[in-house]
Amino acid sequence: MNQPLLVTASQKAGPRWTLAIGTTVLLVLLALPVLSLLPAGHSLQVSAYTLTLVGKILCYAIVALALDLVWGYAGLLSLGHGLFFALGGYAMGMYLMREASGDGLPAFMTFLSWSELPWYWAGTQHFAWALCLVVLAPGLLALVFGYFAFRSRIKGVYFSIMTQALTFAGMLLFFRNETGFGGNNGFTHFRSILGFEITAQSTRAVLFLLTVALLVASLYLGWRLARSKFGRVLTALRDAENRLMFCGYDPRGFKLFVWVLSAVLCGLAGALYVPQVGIINPSEMSPTNSIEAAVWVALGGRGTLIGPLLGAGLVNGMKSWFTVAFPEYWLFCLGALFILVTLYLPRGVVGLLNKRGEQ
Amino acid sequence: MPKALQRLLLGLLLLLPLAAPAADADYFIAAKANEQARLLQDWAAQPDPARVELLSALQQGRIAAGDTRKLRLNNRLRGLVDNALASHQLLSADSTVRLAAAQQLQKSAQPAQVAFLDRRFASEADAAVHAALALALANLQLVDSDPAVRLAAVRLLGETGDPMARTRLEALLEPGVESNAGVRTAAETSLAQVKRKLLFGELLGQAFSGLSLGSILLLAALGLAITFGLLGVINMAHGEMLMLGAYATYVVQILVQRYVPEAIEFYPLIALPVAFAVSAGVGMLLERTVIRHLYGRPLETLLATWGISLILIQAIRLLFGAQNVEVANPAWLSGGLQVLPNLVLPYSRLVIIAFALFVVLLTWLLLNRTRLGLNVRAVTQNRNMAACCGVPTGRVDMLAFGLGSGIAGLGGVALSQIGNVGPDLGQSYIIDSFLVVVLGGVGQLAGSLWAAFGLGIANKLLEPQIGAVLGKILILALIILFIQKRPQGLFALKGRVID
Repeated sequence: MNQPLLVTASQKAGPRWTLAIGTTVLLVLLALPVLSLLPAGHSLQVSAYTLTLVGKILCYAIVALALDLVWGYAGLLSLGHGLFFALGGYAMGMYLMREASGDGLPAFMTFLSWSELPWYWAGTQHFAWALCLVVLAPGLLALVFGYFAFRSRIKGVYFSIMTQALTFAGMLLFFRNETGFGGNNGFTHFRSILGFEITAQSTRAVLFLLTVALLVASLYLGWRLARSKFGRVLTALRDAENRLMFCGYDPRGFKLFVWVLSAVLCGLAGALYVPQVGIINPSEMSPTNSIEAAVWVALGGRGTLIGPLLGAGLVNGMKSWFTVAFPEYWLFCLGALFILVTLYLPRGVVGLLNKRGEQ
Repeated sequence: MPKALQRLLLGLLLLLPLAAPAADADYFIAAKANEQARLLQDWAAQPDPARVELLSALQQGRIAAGDTRKLRLNNRLRGLVDNALASHQLLSADSTVRLAAAQQLQKSAQPAQVAFLDRRFASEADAAVHAALALALANLQLVDSDPAVRLAAVRLLGETGDPMARTRLEALLEPGVESNAGVRTAAETSLAQVKRKLLFGELLGQAFSGLSLGSILLLAALGLAITFGLLGVINMAHGEMLMLGAYATYVVQILVQRYVPEAIEFYPLIALPVAFAVSAGVGMLLERTVIRHLYGRPLETLLATWGISLILIQAIRLLFGAQNVEVANPAWLSGGLQVLPNLVLPYSRLVIIAFALFVVLLTWLLLNRTRLGLNVRAVTQNRNMAACCGVPTGRVDMLAFGLGSGIAGLGGVALSQIGNVGPDLGQSYIIDSFLVVVLGGVGQLAGSLWAAFGLGIANKLLEPQIGAVLGKILILALIILFIQKRPQGLFALKGRVID
């Protein structure tokens, strides 16, 4: 596996097929919001529920892609990506809360009988600053954590455990009312974004399109990174870090860059997730969510960029169906998925398809 | 009978030192509530050992020891009965009875009892009872009209280390309560003295709960450290082994209750081997069916074992319900040891600390004094070389995994005695026990020991200062910084291996 699988796959299957499938999927995704604008009762109309569900899964797909960048290429399994996702979501949520409460304090603060906003809420009524926070909050946290972690060459399971502990600590912190992020309930009851009503079909459609755009952009970015020399160094780092160091590379910078990039992507996904789903609370940071993201990537196929998107879609589609049909058995199914994928599908679905193609 | 006459008769009766207990009982029953109260107060001031029986019967709401008739007493009278009984019990030969009586008197003693308490105080030989009496006496003397008496009482309070002395002194120092300047200054010095003693007790209490938390972390992390050191894999389902152990305890409790109810006091002891067997069995099964196929791929193992933990949790939920189940403490584990006036060490926690150390000792013996232990250590140090020397690595892996899981099962029994038993039990300990392993270094008993107790104590000492959550976060940050200095944990295996 000298080359990123995506490159190999596209070379094998020929650019025609990849392009054809990719374009079809993209067209369907672009058609969905347009169809949702059709009048109710029309046979082709897409319900708000479906649009939200697909939009949510697309946000998860971006997370999966971000995780694939660090796990599939650099070999760093993060079990804390939910933290970055939630931080982005909270940054966007702060703006939405300010927008909903007008000049007054957000409702949960009045409930706690606070008289003024904490300092870190300053400026969040401006959309531009909220966007900066979406990037800065996860980015800076990842930078600081990554700097210390990579400096002392924490890797493998140690790194995974530390990231899990990090997101766990974040969850505990955000559960507290005193932290100033709505405690247990988090943020909800949003009204508008940039003056547009948040539940309106047109707003939903635009948010959906933005999510698709971000997904395509991150896919393109990941693809360029994977093809570049940088991507090759990352792969080398994953497979034989010491040899890479003997060749004169300093792996820290590479790791740190891809780690921070991945965190920022997660933050952006979270920022798009919150207005679509309409709620953000600390349970998004629970270690369970982050580790679930790892199974999306594993199911789809690590280091393939396309695979994680597939995995996120498959697992979340299954989850939505199962939790309605057999809510009690979903955890059995998810657990079995974890075991079967690691035992029998080390290269994921994409690896399986590739094998077919080779034969 | 006119009231005055009744009073006179009662008064006469009290003057008679030889009044028979039976007569006391009769008069008490015949008297009206007010008279009963007066009688009780008088009895409390001048105790007579012969009345103990009557008073303890009264306390239980009866007229005499063997009598089945119920006696209705109002709250005030009931308080007075308690007080009078305590007063009588001070004359008991048993020092524990006297101590309990003195503690009761600290709360309920009346000014009329001062003379009696003073006499007992002077003649009391037992140190604990003496201190308790001092407090009871001081409580009374604080309201005396003579400043000299109050001064003596304040000084007396300063010598005790009791939380009640602090509240008393603080009440005295409120503006407008104490007019005498000398007494006030003395009270201030005494208060400082008491606070110092109380602080000592509080710190000891925090250290103890830290030790207790540490012993639980140790039980949770010990098995993890063994399997991690041996196989290089993190078992995310390890917390569920704790949970299985706790549920095994619950099942044993129910079975014992149903079939051998006379042994219910000792069900935790029966549960120990059962829990060990259940967890070890499940652990070995997992090793054989899943983990074995993932050797050399630690990150995948992590995910697969997470899947296993999800399945185990959901299975338990379906079997036993999502609610917590009730595991009762046997009598010999409830209650506690009073060390200082404000420090009680619960027996259950004391037993668990001892148990954790015992398990560590057993594990140490197993690893260092048996053939299996030798093999485990060999495989931990160098798997290939051990295999070349004829160590059956596959079998060793399985047994070690079973051992690690079994230890977690034992931890589950301990946990069931102090916390809730529910399907999510394991989840709440898993991250902490990972941190213990990370901090202590892999495959090191000593490392796990120090890391578990260190983390436990640090957690509990930070908790009152900055809160539990911030304390946890701070500890996480400290661990990350610590790993900068010692990437291999506190105790690293020395070697020259590089990948």
